Amino acid sequence: MRVIYPQFMKKKFSAVKQYEKTRKAIGYVPRRKATGKDYQRIGFLSGLEVHQQLKTGKKLFCSCPAGIYHDDDDFSAEVIRHMRPTLSELGEYDGTALMEFKTRKEIVYRIHNDTACTYEIDDTPPFPINREALEIALEISLLCKLNIVGEVHITRKQYLDGSIPTGFQRTAILGVEGEIRLKNKKVRLLQLSIEEDSCREISDVGHRRIFKTDRLGMPLIETVTYPDMFTPDELREAAEYIRFLNRSTGRVRTGMGAAREDVNVSCRGGSRVEIKGVAHNSWIPELSHNEAFRQYALLNIRSLLNERFPEGKGWKPAVKEISCHEYPFKTPLMAEACEKFEKVLAVNLPGFHGILSHFTQPGKGFASELSDRLKVIACIEKPNMICSEELENPMAAADLEQVKRWLDAGENDAQLVIWGPEDDIPTALETIEERCLIAFEGVPRETRKSMPDGTTLFERVLPGPDRMYPDTDSPPIPLEDDYIEKLKQNLPPEVADRYRQLMEWEVPGDTYFYLLRKNLVPLMEKIHRKTGISYRFIGTFLGHTLKHLEGKITSHPHFGYEKIYGLFRYLHENGLDPALARPMLPEIMKHPDMQFGSVLTTIRFKKKEEEELLAPIGFLYEKFKDTARNPTRENAIHWLMGQIQKQAVGNIPLAVLRSEIEERLKKMEASGEK
Amino acid sequence: MADDIFQGYKGRALEVLKKYQVRVWGQAVIQSTRGEFRGTVLPRSENDDDKHIVLKINTGYNIGIDIFTIRHMEEVGYQKAHYKIPEKEFPCTPDLPSVKLFGTGGTIASRLDYRTGAVIPAFSPGELYGAVPELADICNLSTEKLFAVFSENMGPEQYLDLARAIGKEIENGIDGIIIGHGTDTLHHTAAALSFMVQNPPVPIILVGSQRSSDRPSSDSTLNLLHAAYAAGHGDIAEVLVCMFGPTSDEYGFLHRGTRVRKMHSSYRSTFRTIGDTPVATVTRTSIKPIKSHYHIRRKDRDVTIMPYWDHRVTMVYYYPHMDPEMIDMLVDRGYKGIVIVGTGLGHVNRELYPALERATRKGVVLYMTLQTIWGYVHMYVYETGRDMLAKGVIPAGNMLPEVAFIKLGWALGQTDDPEKIREIMLTPVNDEITDREPYNGYLVYQGGVPEVEEFIRRVHK
Repeated sequence: MRVIYPQFMKKKFSAVKQYEKTRKAIGYVPRRKATGKDYQRIGFLSGLEVHQQLKTGKKLFCSCPAGIYHDDDDFSAEVIRHMRPTLSELGEYDGTALMEFKTRKEIVYRIHNDTACTYEIDDTPPFPINREALEIALEISLLCKLNIVGEVHITRKQYLDGSIPTGFQRTAILGVEGEIRLKNKKVRLLQLSIEEDSCREISDVGHRRIFKTDRLGMPLIETVTYPDMFTPDELREAAEYIRFLNRSTGRVRTGMGAAREDVNVSCRGGSRVEIKGVAHNSWIPELSHNEAFRQYALLNIRSLLNERFPEGKGWKPAVKEISCHEYPFKTPLMAEACEKFEKVLAVNLPGFHGILSHFTQPGKGFASELSDRLKVIACIEKPNMICSEELENPMAAADLEQVKRWLDAGENDAQLVIWGPEDDIPTALETIEERCLIAFEGVPRETRKSMPDGTTLFERVLPGPDRMYPDTDSPPIPLEDDYIEKLKQNLPPEVADRYRQLMEWEVPGDTYFYLLRKNLVPLMEKIHRKTGISYRFIGTFLGHTLKHLEGKITSHPHFGYEKIYGLFRYLHENGLDPALARPMLPEIMKHPDMQFGSVLTTIRFKKKEEEELLAPIGFLYEKFKDTARNPTRENAIHWLMGQIQKQAVGNIPLAVLRSEIEERLKKMEASGEK
Repeated sequence: MADDIFQGYKGRALEVLKKYQVRVWGQAVIQSTRGEFRGTVLPRSENDDDKHIVLKINTGYNIGIDIFTIRHMEEVGYQKAHYKIPEKEFPCTPDLPSVKLFGTGGTIASRLDYRTGAVIPAFSPGELYGAVPELADICNLSTEKLFAVFSENMGPEQYLDLARAIGKEIENGIDGIIIGHGTDTLHHTAAALSFMVQNPPVPIILVGSQRSSDRPSSDSTLNLLHAAYAAGHGDIAEVLVCMFGPTSDEYGFLHRGTRVRKMHSSYRSTFRTIGDTPVATVTRTSIKPIKSHYHIRRKDRDVTIMPYWDHRVTMVYYYPHMDPEMIDMLVDRGYKGIVIVGTGLGHVNRELYPALERATRKGVVLYMTLQTIWGYVHMYVYETGRDMLAKGVIPAGNMLPEVAFIKLGWALGQTDDPEKIREIMLTPVNDEITDREPYNGYLVYQGGVPEVEEFIRRVHK
């Protein structure tokens, strides 16, 4: 095989420098500095799959309660399952199936009698679908302007990772081809499905993965967009929009894990990679940014490798088993591996010098792609390898020399030392070879797990679309026109229209996000209808006062936004100034069961007639004139306001107070001049 | 055959397809009052209504289109599905036992055709090897499809054919036999074979699956592997049912064919030995006996096939104040044997006595079994029981009702003489009546009891 190597490799090599150099070479910029041009350059393309739990009392296909969660150790029984791939038409396992089978995982389900029955664990067929959930999902489908299907067909979608005990998720399409309107563009929606939520993972160590089944089977919808987003910010905007839209029904769950995004990202020439389970929309931009650049980096690696091996084909790693007792390693990690594991092997990757430390993600080189896969596919826990190009804690020079000698390695090669239980080693070696060979081709289609630092980890090979088949346990559900029409009558306004509404009402712009996220516009309408208080006032009150307080105090579990309606109604019916709501709100949040009258006492409010309040003005004004250093009219008003304001709140609006003071001063001055 | 291109469609839906000339497997673009839909038209299940057309859309999901919303429809492509299962040759390993798998209709393994959503059963050795390659590490497998019926349609005719086929295989020197079977009446067939195939020198293992074999978590594969091990390597030469022990993927039980019963409609661990313990537990590499006495595998081929059956047998599930005419009618219709499933220790109410007496007088044999499932018929404890004994009702010990029914049909197939029948019925072939019930033969623990909960939390269910 003819191999061509670049010149730089002859010089003294530093993995960190190589990382920096390749990061520059592909033109990586941190997200904060990235502009539209950068995304155009790399061909950023992305779409979303937004998961949203629906607020129902029961689960989707059984009568277990929804929304009750348990601690990891709080369970009644454990059940063990293994997931076995079913052959596809061609008699071959698809990529994911093969991978999951290789991993030979034992899946343990922890069941709590309060939240799981024989259905969850697949010992009983499904019960008829939860109609309440179906209705909510259809409402949202209508809001998304989707074409609603005539008949719902429950479909089985295979999952071999164990997250669903059956090995498939029951899911059904409710509508196809819809759209949402963002600020500057329309985003097309591919489809919306209703499905059962999966188990929550407790741990995944070695060959044993433990799940809990409390969340399993809860009704969930998945809204899928076309890949219409060209920057991370657009992506986030779309995610927010869909979240607001879902919440505008008031019938979806909120809180930790109730809404989760799968983000599909690619760069030009890359592949669709799905970042799974992004719990916060604020993480989306960073994650998608880094993923697009990771793909861009992998494409660069592909070019480098293809330059080095212009004839392609025939690349193969060399392996040598290490007998630890013959050579004591100086690198602590390697010495430890020798102690702990049955097998330690040295692997030579021909022509991979400078590739393992090639930038892929912030703080990570290509070597991490290998290590991730060793963990997931060969089930060898990290640290599971060390390589000749570590960015941190490198191999001791003497050890590296020894490894190279064992492998008879050339200076253009890279080396790994891997370890693990004997049974897992064949899979480990296959995995390394496979991933290195993919590097010659480009970007593998994967699902990746999001990390809080904005990077991602390999999770699975991306399953193909070929994993769906009908659920023979469930009959099709017809959706008659009459029923759809009835649902249409009760839809909340569209989110885009809500924005316009808020603008027309002159509600301050900085409140919109909060008001829509919390779905508070219906509450505003209710308060306004009852009391006539201006939208601008209510919007500001909710978007500023309430939001501020929510960040500051923990409200009592009995507190709900309905209380705020009650509060304004009380003020209205008792002829009190709505401004009183401001000092009252913190008390109500802390003691929501207290009567509004008592709250007023707590904040030391006394009811006074306007005359009573304004009576001391004459006396006070005299006092002001005696003591003020700069007795201008404006100062007088200011000082008088300060004196009376506290008692005035709730009795007369401050604007009225001010104009009254002005009026009286004018009169007094006029009579004084006489 | 012309209608084949509209597979499963009928009535109005069929008219719509014909009107727009769109076939099943045709790629259709549908304009409807609910918008546009694109996808492949799939066959419709016969029992579903005639108001919808099923479409598989691009993303792999199926949806139904209401025909009343359709404004226009066009076929823009066509691709018929071909169900093809590639076969791999089942490898023959010289030192492994040879095992025969008889198919009766249940699905043992399957493949999925995602494009159409079809679940295709795998049965031939080649197909099975493709689906469950581990089988080749256990035995050299050959297969034969005897019938293609659902479990609920298995009956005496099939029992007889099966018994003869088993006899032939044993003569030919097979090391073990597996019978793939739907689970609903698995225990009926197990009882029948226990009586019809006596003194077998090799294991005869009945196996099924509770959760369909298309699902990744199905119990079918593991059950099949357990059965293959028990048939090929086990030394228990009896008719056994091999199904999940716990609902977890851990081990299977080998139940004696005369003492086993399906106890849950859908649980994986549905089969339980009643009034005794299972014979053994089985994994894919080992068998651990639980009972110390069982029939041991032999080299000889001295099996006795007794393929007898008389259809004039029935079973009556007693309920309070059952009309005596129920018995009279059966007698008048010519039934020769009735298994009564009585209450408590084996009782029916007094009103039935004359009918029972009449039946006995007419030469109909009556056997008493129990609704309680567990326990023995004890007809001496109460007067009612003693009365009935006098009327000719014979207690069947702790024989399970279904087993008593099968055995009575088999006995009537051999003779009409009530005395001979009595001898056959009450002489156990293989523990269908046991002379003692061990304390661990009845374990229906109740949830909520702290020590039971503690046990369930610790031991995999």
